[in-house]
Amino acid sequence: MHGHETSQVIESFNLLWLIPFLPLLGAVSNGLAGHWLQKRFGEKAVHTIAVGLPWLSFLVAVVAFFKLRSLPEGALLLDRLWTWVAVGQFHVELAFGMDALSAMMALIVTFVGSLIHVYSIGYMHGDESYFRFFTYLNLFMFAMLTLVLGDNLLLMFVGWEGVGLCSYLLIGFWYRDLNNARAGMKAFVVNRIGDFGFLVGFFILFWGLGGNWGEGGYHLGGQASLAFRELPALVAPLADKLLWGVPLATLVGIFFFVGATGKSAQIPLYVWLPDAMAGPTPVSALIHAATMVTAGVYMVARMNFLYVLSPAAMTVVALTGAATALFAATIGCLQYDIKKVLAYSTVSQLGYMFIGVGVGAFWAGSYHLLTHDFFKACLFLGAGSVILSMHHEQDMRKMGGLGRVMPLTRWTYWVACVAIAGFPIASGFFSKDEILWRAFDSAALLVPGWVPWLLGFVAAGLTSFYMFRSYFMTFTGETVKVHGHEPEEQRPVVTGVLVMLAIGAVMLAFVGLPHLWMHAPPALEHFLAPVFAAAEELPRAGHGHGTEWGLMLASLGVAFLGLGIAWWLYRGRKNPLPDRLRQAFPRLHRVVYNKYYVDEIYQATAVRGFLGLSRMNAWFDVHIIDGLVNGAGTFTRALAWIDGAIDTYLVDGAVNLVADSIRAAGARLRRIQTGRLPAYLGGLLLGGVVLVVISRILIDIYG
Amino acid sequence: MIQVGLQHFLVVGALLFCLGILCVLTRRNAVAVLIGIELMLNAAGLNFIAFARHQGDLAGGSLLVLFVIVLAAAEAAVALALILAFRRQVRTLDVDQIDSLKG
Repeated sequence: MHGHETSQVIESFNLLWLIPFLPLLGAVSNGLAGHWLQKRFGEKAVHTIAVGLPWLSFLVAVVAFFKLRSLPEGALLLDRLWTWVAVGQFHVELAFGMDALSAMMALIVTFVGSLIHVYSIGYMHGDESYFRFFTYLNLFMFAMLTLVLGDNLLLMFVGWEGVGLCSYLLIGFWYRDLNNARAGMKAFVVNRIGDFGFLVGFFILFWGLGGNWGEGGYHLGGQASLAFRELPALVAPLADKLLWGVPLATLVGIFFFVGATGKSAQIPLYVWLPDAMAGPTPVSALIHAATMVTAGVYMVARMNFLYVLSPAAMTVVALTGAATALFAATIGCLQYDIKKVLAYSTVSQLGYMFIGVGVGAFWAGSYHLLTHDFFKACLFLGAGSVILSMHHEQDMRKMGGLGRVMPLTRWTYWVACVAIAGFPIASGFFSKDEILWRAFDSAALLVPGWVPWLLGFVAAGLTSFYMFRSYFMTFTGETVKVHGHEPEEQRPVVTGVLVMLAIGAVMLAFVGLPHLWMHAPPALEHFLAPVFAAAEELPRAGHGHGTEWGLMLASLGVAFLGLGIAWWLYRGRKNPLPDRLRQAFPRLHRVVYNKYYVDEIYQATAVRGFLGLSRMNAWFDVHIIDGLVNGAGTFTRALAWIDGAIDTYLVDGAVNLVADSIRAAGARLRRIQTGRLPAYLGGLLLGGVVLVVISRILIDIYG
Repeated sequence: MIQVGLQHFLVVGALLFCLGILCVLTRRNAVAVLIGIELMLNAAGLNFIAFARHQGDLAGGSLLVLFVIVLAAAEAAVALALILAFRRQVRTLDVDQIDSLKG
């Protein structure tokens, strides 16, 4: 299970830190000087910095990737910057590491991210906070790359929180609209709930690692490390350890997954993602489709050595993913806002990725992550292009016929639809099908493999339907007019990006052509295999090639079915059937259209419960705590009053008594001082006589 | 012819001293008081010179008398200046009325 890390080649590569820090440099310079730059030199200065640095970062990532390829399989590039935390036996370095998985992620993030930066030049043109947008976007790149390249869990968590922050900032980018600000807050709060789970898992894992599981049970004193390259060997002995009667690996795995449900928008914490579409469209594409939301998948894939120890945790991951995939797909079928459709589609596709990593097909989940990045970014940016041309209209009912006036947008959108719907000419088919096949063939779960397969299979048909529904509603039929004239195609800076992403969405098929066709493992599987070595020993049901062919054809069939229904109902926007169906089943339509009222249920239960709790706490605070504090205050005042009385009457009295008696004595004594000279002289004389007499007497007595 | 001895000088000195005291205690004029003090000083000087002569150490006694004379001169200078200033201030030399040091 952990044979691979003994022979791992660790190569020092000192440029790795540049990958995250170049975008950070952009964020800092634009954050500090962006306002001035924009005023003094115009938008060009801002985006030269902000777009140039991510591309540079991409170049470094490419160099690192080729360096990694030149090394033996399973190698790791390591860039140690400095020791971050050193407490006792707990030692964390600030170090970046790049193995096959993080190389893939870093390439995706830098490449797709940079493309979306380019697109933003066109999309954000003319915005008064142009520089602020690029600052946040660069900061996001930094956080995401830290997440991906961080060599240990702690650094990964820094990136994890960082992307959450940037997501919040960018969703509420147009903060003057209260709805946007509210959506940002919702995203942040929901993410925090997930992050709490992540942290709990983190602590439990650390507790387990830091312990010495000797004969007498648990006691502190083990060797703790959080570096990913050391974790597999450290985690493996924890397989049979129990905490609260539950295997430690299961507990940690499930808590980590709670974090993933927050970040990657899975049931039950998916509710923030559709609302997050309030942000500018490039943000939706970059953060809420391509990169940040895949962080949860990446994390589960990264911790694969932990999940393979626990069938229960894997089952939870796979079933949650499958349920989310189907659930979100049904909602997506009835939405009219084009970005909402894509948002639910993203939730659904993330569900697929979790099926993949949940059934132990970590490479398939990662592959779907890769392909989804391209086609979903392409879809979002295409939608953004449409929205721009429609003057910020997002309702598909008010669109139509745009294909004629926006050919580039149309065809790239079409290619991406084909990819996501699962037709074997584009990448989506291969990644999705691999996931479904591996789910069907899995025997590592507590449930039979066909359960997640079936959910995913139905969702695949729905995916095909709602994607082509959006395509037909937007691009076919009579061309609409906005403000009296027809919409126009966008600038090349926008469409160029769309074309590149569409090409990527097709070409990526070649890294994942299935074993069945090529009689060799897919290139990507081979590349990622060393990272997921722990998953190789997971039990498989062992269905034959026939079953695999059958499932593949079934997938294709269901995709065609979805396409066919969408074609029939929505092509040319002529068929009146959708409206009639809506009127025939008003209640069903209302429930699904309103997203099963999940938001309302959360509002009524969790949110209101929480508000009630906080009100109760406030009452407790005002009446009990404040009462105690005020009581203490009153008591102290009474005590002080007594003390004051003692001071006034007893202490001051004694002091005054002394002073008064001295003054009285003085008043008597002053009579002597008559001031008259003869009296003094007389006194003097008398004194002299007395002295003489005394001395005489003394002489007489003592001789 | 009576022999003028030590006793005669001492009696004269004592008389002179008593006259000085009487003058100081009874006269109300400040200058007269000052004269009384001079008398007492001179009585003391007479006693010094008488005892010096009696004991045969004329040099030491004379020296002390010289000191007393110098002291008297200095005292007269300071005291007269004070009296002068005082008279300018309160227009009187009556010591009974000079009681501004009354406590």
